[in-house]
Amino acid sequence: MHRIGVFVCHCGTNIASTVDVKAVAEAAAKEPGVVFSADYQYMCSEAGQNLIKDTIKEKNLTGVVVCSCSPRMHENTFRKAVSAAGLNPYLLEVANIREQCSWIHKDIKDGTEKAIVLTRAAIAKVVLNAPLVAGTSPVTKRALVIGGGIAGIQTALDIADAGFEVDIVEKRPTIGGKMAQLDKTFPTLDCAACILTPKMVEAAQHEKIRILSYSEVCGVKGFVGSFKVKIKRKARFVKEDVCTGCGLCTEKCPMKRVPNEFNLGMDERRAIYIPFAQAVPKVAVIDPDHCNMLKNGKCGVCAKVCSVGAIDYKAQDSFVEEDYGAIVVATGFEPINIDAYDEFAYSQSKDVVTSLEYERLMNAAGPTGGKLLRPSDGKHPHTIVFVQCVGSRESDGSPKCGKSYCSKICCMYTAKHAMLTREKYPDTEVYVFYIDVRTPGKGFDEFYRRAAEQYGVHYVKGMVGKVVPENGVLKVRAFDLIAGEQLQINADMVVLATAIEPDKTARPLATLLTASMDTNDFFTEAHPKLRPVESPTAGIFLSGACQGPKDIPETVAQAGAAAAKVVGLLAKDSIVCNPCVAHSDEKLCNGCSRCERVCPYGAITYVDKEFKMPDRSIKIRRVSQVNEAVCQGCGACTVVCPSGAMDLKGFSTEQLRAEVDAICK
Amino acid sequence: MSKQKANALREEILRISNVDPLKCMRCGKCSATCPAYDEMNYHPHEFVYMVERGAVEELLDDTSIYRCLSCFACIDRCPRQVEPAKLIEAVRNTCLRKQGANHFKADMLPGKLDPELPQQAVVSAFRKYAK
Repeated sequence: MHRIGVFVCHCGTNIASTVDVKAVAEAAAKEPGVVFSADYQYMCSEAGQNLIKDTIKEKNLTGVVVCSCSPRMHENTFRKAVSAAGLNPYLLEVANIREQCSWIHKDIKDGTEKAIVLTRAAIAKVVLNAPLVAGTSPVTKRALVIGGGIAGIQTALDIADAGFEVDIVEKRPTIGGKMAQLDKTFPTLDCAACILTPKMVEAAQHEKIRILSYSEVCGVKGFVGSFKVKIKRKARFVKEDVCTGCGLCTEKCPMKRVPNEFNLGMDERRAIYIPFAQAVPKVAVIDPDHCNMLKNGKCGVCAKVCSVGAIDYKAQDSFVEEDYGAIVVATGFEPINIDAYDEFAYSQSKDVVTSLEYERLMNAAGPTGGKLLRPSDGKHPHTIVFVQCVGSRESDGSPKCGKSYCSKICCMYTAKHAMLTREKYPDTEVYVFYIDVRTPGKGFDEFYRRAAEQYGVHYVKGMVGKVVPENGVLKVRAFDLIAGEQLQINADMVVLATAIEPDKTARPLATLLTASMDTNDFFTEAHPKLRPVESPTAGIFLSGACQGPKDIPETVAQAGAAAAKVVGLLAKDSIVCNPCVAHSDEKLCNGCSRCERVCPYGAITYVDKEFKMPDRSIKIRRVSQVNEAVCQGCGACTVVCPSGAMDLKGFSTEQLRAEVDAICK
Repeated sequence: MSKQKANALREEILRISNVDPLKCMRCGKCSATCPAYDEMNYHPHEFVYMVERGAVEELLDDTSIYRCLSCFACIDRCPRQVEPAKLIEAVRNTCLRKQGANHFKADMLPGKLDPELPQQAVVSAFRKYAK
């Protein structure tokens, strides 16, 4: 005989203002099997939990229903309470009468009616709940960091310093990411390379860190604690362990006219190249799209000049498979493509540049050697117009594919650019057109005010509407909202603060990791406030701008936080599994293999098994078996199973039907 | 004009144009880009803000509505898809409809004709209001 207890939570006024909780408790009391029913102000409080525990003991309950917030919020809390009173924690059901009821209803009558229905469904289910015991699975004590920018480097260093092995997978030939391309960093104006390269070297020399540069993750299997990751090591055509990074090959290569991606195509490199002077690993790489030897077998100069014999034209992409306990995503960002914004004449004039290009033009290792020169004619610009919010803060469904979010870093780096330009070249007039100046951050607003007050940067509230290149001059038409007048400025250069978006590799990677993303392709966090560095997918952690636009201080902070979470996981020898896993009824299984094909975790295998037939003969049949340690309880197999052999413990077809029946009663 | 009437006109303009002035983030790009800027007393961004505040009377009485070239540069470049030109067109239509019959007749043209009036505005008025 079932003895069910129902506990209805007020959640302060969250539930009680739109649901008559007393009526819900009274209605629940009339359901068959219910022996106790009560409402309470805060079920999750200690007193509320004690009410559950005491009632279980007093009334000898066999099942508990808590009508409260979403199970994502407090299911664990109540399971622990139930367990503490000696009942199996899986004999608890949570009826979500907050997110799915009180918060979306305005009318107390409707809300109450729905809450009663949801409660009835939970009671119908709990009657069929079976006690479940969670198993454990071991933790591989190694971490994978995907992306070798400042976020990935910092996360890797922090994990390695805690004593765990870390691999960094970086798709480019060197780690360093976007920060390596920056000139100075706000608000202190220290040079980006000076603070980044020591970290790159530290990562390279750390005994616990292995850098897999020029590599990509191409397959992920397994689950938290034991991921199996397939990594593609792209052919470098240079033996990484032999090359000394002397750079002779990069001087002698006859293929000189390859756009240099490190300087955003503003100068050229050779077909064999080292991305930049402080590259880590400092090893040359051959660009197969431009190398004559690889394209048509005619050349071979680099092999001839290499004194250590590091060149290997026959190199092939190779694949390695590694085990990890945790994976950190640190794939970073890219500036958006601004070809659709033809009003700014970006594709018409070389003197209209993006902010990242301007960064390279200011940098000593950039295409102009750090001298500010116009890309079109190499002359010194005397008037520069900066345009903010290019592609940011646009309406949803923007026809130019602009972003609806604020890119967050542009106000500060534009203030930095304007300030540095005025400092180095006081004869240059600098205009910044802004809609709002957003500078929340330590020392940030002071920095912006310094640009305006001490460096004489002209901040104009308003937007640039049109840029027309004419006889070597950029005619900028803009609007000054404070003066209420249209402005015409003849500029030598225009710098566009381009919106940033997640790296293009993020979306396919999210699919491999089964990690969720928002509509902008930023990875979503498990909880926007309380779990900001974890993906909802267990064992996947987020670091840096892959989660949202971030500046360097924030990225480093988040990288450290992600590392702390990874260390917390890797410090355990084993983790408790979810007992709500799939289970196959061998008698019903027809051996079709559909479940095996659809399982994202590789948890299902098929075995030949002997069955006694009714006529006492023995028949061998092929049936599916679930590895409960690997199964994550997603339920995909139960959906495809045509014979109804697959079922999910805790969410069986019978239980779900009972819930639906209770709702439709 | 009474407040009530101004409000009714404002609603009418919003209905005809299907423009939501609340989408505007006040960046001024429409007025930055407007080629007829110097000809207008009220500029595209002001149309959006004034309609939002219900100050439609000034707009209806002003020649600015006939100075808009309907080039739609403001529509193309607005980052928030507010579409100021559609709003200006709606104010222009509201003004023309005030003639009573809700039709624009050819014999009314000479009295309205202004050598500086863009032909596009005349044509578009006929297209929409001549039966």
